Amino acid sequence: MTDILLIALAMSLLYISIANRLYTYLNILVFQGFILFGVTYLTLTRISTINLMLIMLETIVFKAVAVPWFINYVIRRNGITREAEPYLPNFVSLIIVTFITVSTIILSSSIKDPNLDKTFFVVALSTIFTGLYLIVTRKKIITHVIGYIIIENGVFVLSLAVGNEMPMLVNLGIMLDIFASVLILGVFFNRIGDLLKDPDIDHLRNLKD
Amino acid sequence: MIGIFLTGALIISLGLFFNRNKFINYSLLVVFSALLVVFSLVEYNQINITELEFFKPDAIGVLLLFALCLVSIPVIIHGYRYIEKHNVDETPKSRGLFFGAMVVLISACSIVLLSGHIAVTWIFIEITTLSASALIYHHRNLRALEGVWKYVFICAISITFVYIGILFLSLSLKDTGIEDMSFDSLYANADKLNPFWLKLAFLFIFTGFTAKLGLVPMYTAGIDAKDKAPAPAGALLSSILMNAGFITIYRMYAVLTRTPLQHWADTIMIIAALLSIFVATVYMTRIKNIKRMFAYSSIEHMGLVILGLAAGGIGVYAAILHIFLHTLVKPTLFLQFNQIYWVYQSKSIYDVGNYFKYNKVGAILLLLAFISATAMPPSGLFISEFMIFQSLFEAHYTIILLVVLVLLTMIIWGFGTNIFKLLFTPHPTIDETKIPHISPWESLTQYLLLGLAVYLAYNPPVEFVALLKDAVKLIQ
Repeated sequence: MTDILLIALAMSLLYISIANRLYTYLNILVFQGFILFGVTYLTLTRISTINLMLIMLETIVFKAVAVPWFINYVIRRNGITREAEPYLPNFVSLIIVTFITVSTIILSSSIKDPNLDKTFFVVALSTIFTGLYLIVTRKKIITHVIGYIIIENGVFVLSLAVGNEMPMLVNLGIMLDIFASVLILGVFFNRIGDLLKDPDIDHLRNLKD
Repeated sequence: MIGIFLTGALIISLGLFFNRNKFINYSLLVVFSALLVVFSLVEYNQINITELEFFKPDAIGVLLLFALCLVSIPVIIHGYRYIEKHNVDETPKSRGLFFGAMVVLISACSIVLLSGHIAVTWIFIEITTLSASALIYHHRNLRALEGVWKYVFICAISITFVYIGILFLSLSLKDTGIEDMSFDSLYANADKLNPFWLKLAFLFIFTGFTAKLGLVPMYTAGIDAKDKAPAPAGALLSSILMNAGFITIYRMYAVLTRTPLQHWADTIMIIAALLSIFVATVYMTRIKNIKRMFAYSSIEHMGLVILGLAAGGIGVYAAILHIFLHTLVKPTLFLQFNQIYWVYQSKSIYDVGNYFKYNKVGAILLLLAFISATAMPPSGLFISEFMIFQSLFEAHYTIILLVVLVLLTMIIWGFGTNIFKLLFTPHPTIDETKIPHISPWESLTQYLLLGLAVYLAYNPPVEFVALLKDAVKLIQ
């Protein structure tokens, strides 16, 4: 069951690589939040109930509801156009994301370590690299933020792989989530909207040598 | 004492955030400075005693804590001058936020220096990002927004990298059955760690912390941040925050020196360091923004420090001495920048000139600071840089040494061209009636810092050398 969920997560990455509208991105974020909720419940069987509930609460409240809702609010308030505006055509994106997934599979099959759960490793790494890829190929600041949140989802999957032995690390990951989301979205993206009517990365190109 | 310090710093920063009274604000800053001095002295006397489970003041931590203390107090004084003189549109609220964030940044950096656990270090590094972004965004305009946006975003990614590194580190611990991730436990069990995961962990943690240390690949965040932050904040970002990044890389490297992976780690660090010096050279020779020039000079010095560390032998001693002296020297340039700005109202090299005529004391200081920052004798950095070169030669990295020497010569040329234009070239378009009189006292703390850097390099006190030697012992 865990494997099915994780593979669904990897498939959502392929979908996001060809998505055109910002709302599709948000729906995928919600979807990933629910998947992580399920994976957490199925994987972390050996930690205390309170801790498990805290982690699951975070995935559902934060990843699946609060962050997408807030991004939606920002998009509406600033009247951001709904196009994702990639630099590359969708077909190329699809090829690249597929390539990322395949190369992480090859990479993981070269690792000879019985402690490693390969599905977790492959899905986590391909999520992280897809997030990075989205950041460099999309034009809007808001899609950069979405790319960063996808990286965080990948990191979360990776932390679940060691979660049973070291629950402290999963809690740290949650701290990272909350810290980064609050800092980037809450404090910050609001302000960008106040100063820039159309938050396009081109407005933030003045600082150079 | 760490508990007391943390509580005190928290109360003081909250007081600064919420209190609008000028007198109380500044008294709180005085109290904080006193607390910082007492804290450093107490930690010096409690060296190598674990406190609150996660903190252990080792020699390098205490050494850099002293540097932090020496720099923070002048920075607070200049922060006061900056707020009082520079800005007509300061409100009690913006002042409170500025000083509150400064106190949080200084305390978080000092806790990072003393932390004995990688997860705790990581948490406090997050706090430094938070407080630094408040400082960078002090002027609430579009440019500042751009600077802080880039800083926050790159720091968020780098901190994620560090987190991934910590996860890999825990994977490397899995076989050994150890769950304690404190540095002491890592040192003790280094040979039992799984080398593959340890490699990956070091790679990610190193890459992540380059955002704070200021090396290729993540150095870009710091440059924009130092450019847009008010100069006193820039002084903090280019000294104590870099030390916070350095100390964690140093401790992680110390783990790797206890394994057969040391040579591999050396290679990684040499590549990053050489690229950093190269990038610094490229920008220093053609840069026209004075503050960014200072920022790139820091990148160059951090490259040298990491090069010394990787060369080993006397290089490790030299690297720690270098970063200590750099912590004293670099803030003088940033703190002096305010006076330049008062005279010319610009930070472009095209708008400045003939500084000797308008501010003699400041101009002499700038000349001395230039000599110090480029490590020409009698600068203190000359000693440490010379030892780094020596260690590179002894480790048979002759080609690297030659490349570095050529790059450094170009940096001195680029830096010198701009500084001498600022100091000596007459500038016809300046309206001399508008230039304010600048009191010589404004430069006093900078002279003291530069003098101290020279004194500590040429005539180091016994205690200082003992601490340095203790700090080197971490690397085996």
